[in-house]
Amino acid sequence: MDWNIGIRILSSILSESAPLVFAVIGETLTEKAGVINLSLDGSILLSAMIAFAVASLSGSLAAGFLCAMAVGGLIALIVVVGSIELRQDQVSIGFILTLVTTDLSSFLGNPFVRVPGPAVPPLPIPYLKEIPVLGPVLFNHNIVTYGSFVLIGLGWFWLFRTRPGLEVQAVGEHPAAAFARGMDVRRLRYAYTLVGGALVGIAGAGYSLNVKLGWSYQHTLGIGWIALAIVIFGGWNPLRAAMGTFLFGALQSMAGLFQGILPGVPMQAFQVAPFMLMIVVLVLVSSDLLDRFLGLLPEAVGRSLRGVIQVTPPSALGKPFERG
Amino acid sequence: MRMEKVLANRLLQLLLPFSLALLFTSLVLLWAGASPIEAYGNMLRGAFGSREKWADVLVAWVPLVLCGMGLAFTFTAGLWNIGIEGQMILGAIGATWVVRLLQLPSYLLLPASILSSLLAGALWSLVAGILRIYGKVHEIFAGLGLNFLAIGLTNYLIFGPWKQPGTATMSGTEVFPSQAQLPNFGGLALGPVEIGIAGMAIGLTAILLRGTLFGLKLNAIGRNRHAAFLMGLRIDRNLFTALALAGGMAGIAGGIQALGLFHRLIPSISSGYGYLAILVVLLTGSRVLWIAPVAFFFAAVIKGSLQLPIEMHLDSSLGGVLQGALVLSVMLFRGLQSRMLKEKE
Repeated sequence: MDWNIGIRILSSILSESAPLVFAVIGETLTEKAGVINLSLDGSILLSAMIAFAVASLSGSLAAGFLCAMAVGGLIALIVVVGSIELRQDQVSIGFILTLVTTDLSSFLGNPFVRVPGPAVPPLPIPYLKEIPVLGPVLFNHNIVTYGSFVLIGLGWFWLFRTRPGLEVQAVGEHPAAAFARGMDVRRLRYAYTLVGGALVGIAGAGYSLNVKLGWSYQHTLGIGWIALAIVIFGGWNPLRAAMGTFLFGALQSMAGLFQGILPGVPMQAFQVAPFMLMIVVLVLVSSDLLDRFLGLLPEAVGRSLRGVIQVTPPSALGKPFERG
Repeated sequence: MRMEKVLANRLLQLLLPFSLALLFTSLVLLWAGASPIEAYGNMLRGAFGSREKWADVLVAWVPLVLCGMGLAFTFTAGLWNIGIEGQMILGAIGATWVVRLLQLPSYLLLPASILSSLLAGALWSLVAGILRIYGKVHEIFAGLGLNFLAIGLTNYLIFGPWKQPGTATMSGTEVFPSQAQLPNFGGLALGPVEIGIAGMAIGLTAILLRGTLFGLKLNAIGRNRHAAFLMGLRIDRNLFTALALAGGMAGIAGGIQALGLFHRLIPSISSGYGYLAILVVLLTGSRVLWIAPVAFFFAAVIKGSLQLPIEMHLDSSLGGVLQGALVLSVMLFRGLQSRMLKEKE
C-alpha cells in the first residue's frame, strides 16, 4: 500500500474517534467515582442537536460547544441528584433519561434536519505538521482532535499520578473508607459526574459540528452504548479506553473498506457489526471463557495476558453511599 | 380518617409529578413555538376523538401490555431485560416466516404463526440469558446488542430474501394473504384475538407471580440473588425461565403487530413499544394490575401524539417526552418523599 494512503487512514481514524474519546473518558471519570451515567446515548444525541442548533443560529461554534457541555452536565446533574439525594436506582434514571433526551432531540431538532451549518475549521500546527509520518498523522487536525489527545493524557495523569485522582479512586472503590479518611464522598461524586457529563456533551457537539456534520433524525443513535461498552473494555483506565476507541475506529474504517471489496456481504451486516463486536469484546473481558483458555498456556504467559485482557470495575460502582 | 389520608397521599404522589411532567412538556412546546393547549387538545382528540381512535389506542395497548407482563417476570427476578425490543422484533420475524412458509387455512395458519412468534421471541431472550449467565455480560449490553442485531436482521430480510417482487422498499415485505390476517371488529384495526391474548397474558402473569412457588422464587432471587442461592434455589434455571416468559410474550406482541396491524414485516415493526413497556414497568413496579391501566394511558399518549405532525407540523416524539418526563418525575418525587419522611423522624 502507498504510504500516503496509510497515513491518511491513520489520521482519519484519530480525527473521527475524537468525539467518542471525549464520551469514553468522560464516562470513565464518572464511573471511577462510583456513579453510572447510563444516559450516554441520549445525552450525545441531545447535546449534538443543541450544539448544531445554537452554532447555526448564533454563528458561534464556541457557543455551540458550551451549550452542549451545559446539556451534558444538566443530564448528569439529574442522574447524580436522583441517585445521591433521592436514592433512586441509577440505571433506571439513566435509562429513562436516554429515552427522554432521544425524543427531545427528535422533537426540538425537527426544524434543523438536513440544514447546512457550520463546521470546526482545520488547524494544522505549523512546523510540527512537517515532521515526516508523525506530522500528518498527529498534527494536521482541528482543535477537537487535539483536545481529545490532551484529554487522554490528562485523564490518565489525573487519575493515576495525582492526589485528587487517588482520592476519586478511593471514593469509587471503598467510599466508607474514603469517608473515614475525611474525603467528601458526595461532593466528589457530584464533581466527577458533572465533569463527565460535560465531556459527553462535547462528544455530542464533536459529532454534529465536526465528524458527522449537521443534524438528522436520531443522528448518532447507538454510539452512546458503544461508548459505555468501551469504558468497560478500557478497564476504567483512560489510556486503555482511548486505545479501545481507536481500535473501534480502525475496525470501522476497515469495515468501510471491506464493504467496497465484498459486495456479496449484505450492507446490514456492516451496520450491526459494531454491536456484535461490542458483545464479543464484553464476553472476552468479563467471562471465564478466556480464563480457561489462558489456563492451557504456560503459566507466566497466561498470567500476564490475563492482566492485559481482564478488567475489574470500581467496587462501589452504582452503589449508593449512606453517610456521604 | 386514616384511609382518607392515605388516599390523599396517593393522589398527591400521582398528581404532583404529573403536573411537573406536563409543565416540562409545555415548556418544550413553547420553546418550539407551539401552543401547549392546542397541542394537548390535538392529542386528546387524536386518542379519543372517535370510535376508530379508541380502537387504535387499544391496538397499541395490546403489545404494551404483553411486553409489560413479560417484563414483570424479569424485573421481579432482578433482570434488566432491555432486549425486550429485539424479542418483539424476532416475534414479528417468526410470524412472517410461518406465513411465508405454510399454505394453510386461517384457523391453522394463525395459531401456527403466533406460536412461532412466541418461540422466536423466547429463543432470542435466551441468547441474552446465555450471554448474561455464562458470558457474564450485563443483560443491558447483551440485550441492546441483540436489539440492534434484530433491526439489522429485519432490514436484511426486507431488502434481501423476503423483498417484494420487483423492488425492495422501506415499506416492507409483501402484504400477507387474507388468511394470515387476524380478524377485526367491523372496520376497526382491533380484533378479538389480540384482546383475548392480552387478557390471558394478564391473568397468567398475575397467577404465576402472585399465586405460585415460581413467583415466590423469582421474588427471592430478585431481592437477593446470593441469599436465594444459599437457600438452594436454582438461580440459572429460574432466570432462564423468567427471560423465556418475557421473550415469549414480547414475541407474541411482535407477531400481533405483523399479523393484526401491518399485515406484513416492516423495518420498524416494534414501534419502540418494548422500550416504552420498560418505562411502564419502571412506573408501576411488577404490580400486574397496575401495568394494564398505565399501559393504556401510555398507548393513548402515543396515538394522541400522532396527531401533532398532521395538525401542527410538530414531531410526534413529544409523546415520548411526556411519558419519560412523567416516569422520571414520579421516581424523583418518590425519592423526595421518603427523604422528607426520614428527616422528620
